[in-house]
Amino acid sequence: MIWANAVVQGLLLGGLLALFATGLSLAFGVMRFVNLAHGDLAVLAAFLAVSVTGGLGVNPFWSLLVVVPAMAAVGYLLQRYAFNRTMGPDPLPSILVTFGLSVVIQNALLEGYSADSQGLDAGPIETASVELPGGIAVGWFPLLMAAVAAVVLVGLQLFLSRTRMGRAFRATSDDPSTARLMGIDDRRVYAAVMAVAFATVAMAGLFLGMRQTFGPSDGPAQLIFAFEAVVIGGIGSLWGTLLGGVVLGVSQTVGNQIDVEFNFLSGPLFGHLIFLAALAFRPTGLLGAGRRA
Amino acid sequence: MSVRRTGQPAAPGATAYRISRSTAESKAGLAGSALLVIVLFTLPWWDSDGSLQTPLVVVLYYLGLAQMWNLLAGFAGMISIGQQMFVGAGTYALLQFAEAWGLDPWLSVPAAGLVAAALSAPVALFAFRLSGGYFAIGTWVAAEAVRLLVTESNDLRGGDVRSLTRESLGDYSLETRANVTYWLALALAVGGTAIVVVVLRSRVGLALRSVRDSEDGARSLGIDVIRTKALVWVVAAFWTGCAGAVILLSAPSTTAASAFSVSRWMALVIFIVVIGGVGSTTGPVLGVLVFWFIDEQLSDAEAWRFIVLGGIAAVMAIVAPRGLYGLIQRWRPLQFFPVRRRLIGPGADSS
Repeated sequence: MIWANAVVQGLLLGGLLALFATGLSLAFGVMRFVNLAHGDLAVLAAFLAVSVTGGLGVNPFWSLLVVVPAMAAVGYLLQRYAFNRTMGPDPLPSILVTFGLSVVIQNALLEGYSADSQGLDAGPIETASVELPGGIAVGWFPLLMAAVAAVVLVGLQLFLSRTRMGRAFRATSDDPSTARLMGIDDRRVYAAVMAVAFATVAMAGLFLGMRQTFGPSDGPAQLIFAFEAVVIGGIGSLWGTLLGGVVLGVSQTVGNQIDVEFNFLSGPLFGHLIFLAALAFRPTGLLGAGRRA
Repeated sequence: MSVRRTGQPAAPGATAYRISRSTAESKAGLAGSALLVIVLFTLPWWDSDGSLQTPLVVVLYYLGLAQMWNLLAGFAGMISIGQQMFVGAGTYALLQFAEAWGLDPWLSVPAAGLVAAALSAPVALFAFRLSGGYFAIGTWVAAEAVRLLVTESNDLRGGDVRSLTRESLGDYSLETRANVTYWLALALAVGGTAIVVVVLRSRVGLALRSVRDSEDGARSLGIDVIRTKALVWVVAAFWTGCAGAVILLSAPSTTAASAFSVSRWMALVIFIVVIGGVGSTTGPVLGVLVFWFIDEQLSDAEAWRFIVLGGIAAVMAIVAPRGLYGLIQRWRPLQFFPVRRRLIGPGADSS
């Protein structure tokens, strides 16, 4: 029973991990861009929510309305005026810029908010739960997070496949120079993609902050989890990312249970091992279209 | 390779073209470097209060680390963010050899490097399946996994503060310890620079740069891409592991969190290389001097040190991708440690 419980909790955690990974997956899928500050942006969003929530005295859910658009704007501007200048066949400049940004964000948060752990108090929903048949208690909050993640990923997939702008994204991804001939400004497409990526990771950061305490240096761990979800699922596939998040979530909760039962391994370590195994035996990912990272 | 070496005349009667690596400033550079190394080597005898020696140990091992990362990222196209795993491996190998098994601490330094090199082989099996930014994060994941394993290991006790005790350092006096540690750090810096120059001047170096610029192109010319990359990967891991051991000798207590710290052993190293100039042998030397200067200014503001260095590096990656060395080159094409051959002769562009 405890193992079934671990799996159910892992499925729900997988939703949050997939939401973390969405922006990374999208940015790589459309423009082969790897943002090493991805995890730190989530933590930055959570800290901003602390300030907004404290300043206005509202429930952190309301801070979503401020923080998510603000982060999207930052993403648009950063891509437009900084990241676009690093794009090209050589991955080094983009890695250096985003790695520098990652370290700057971590240390700026450390200066601004101190090293103390913070939390976002979302109220009674954090502890409310519903009992499934079989005696497994499922929290409303994890359920909500998983639902939001699913809605965001399905929505993004529909946006990419059904809308005019989504078509422009895909065209630019396939062949930027031909897309330019068709009148698509690829630099603005990239900026829009980064805005979406920042918005989703900001959402993930807020949920993370409501779920657990966090500190200024928690970003890299989140980046690594997001990356693992993307690679397990298959690079360039949003459905794969959802699946990868779920696999990683289950690995982590089962790993934690192994730690509790046998005092051996730990959640994140078990997740890393599953990731390495996936990389060894299925380098294209579960749903990857045969493309390697 | 059929190009003629420096100074050899062309076939009789042919126009006097020759191929050369050395330049006037490279000869001056070599002489100046040799002099500098001698001065640095004798430092313990004239810097009696240690006011230079103590900070120099840090600067020198950082130069060794920076040269190795530059070899990987700047010349071989392997942008690793996981080198802290080899630093940590070297640190814990030294603890194990000198502290647990009672071996000589100085001889344990190269042995610690071998442990790091041995670790790098299985890591390559996974990491080499990824490229570009995903290789970067993949190596980072590997480093995290190793850190967690060391933290949880009952033998290595990475969760506790561990130090080299007096017994494991044998009968060495405090002064000998400080001096030998300093010379080891100097060897890391000088040897690291020499390794990069020697590797790049060899056939492997030429192959490496062609792999960096186009893996497919290199493969079509008959270069064994995986073998070429694996060779420098293991060499860099070995040297980085030796650095990890020297780092422990210079500050003889550690935890897994600090021995495998991505900010101390990766972020600062990357910033040094990027500020100085990625993809050049002189760049890391310039970068480490900038690091030293900023470190002295902000010695009591740890966070600001990272913000300033990280900010400069991020901006430079956009506006001056070849770093300070690239800016100097734009002004005058100086080659202090040249690895490229140039054609010299009537009408040939000497740059």
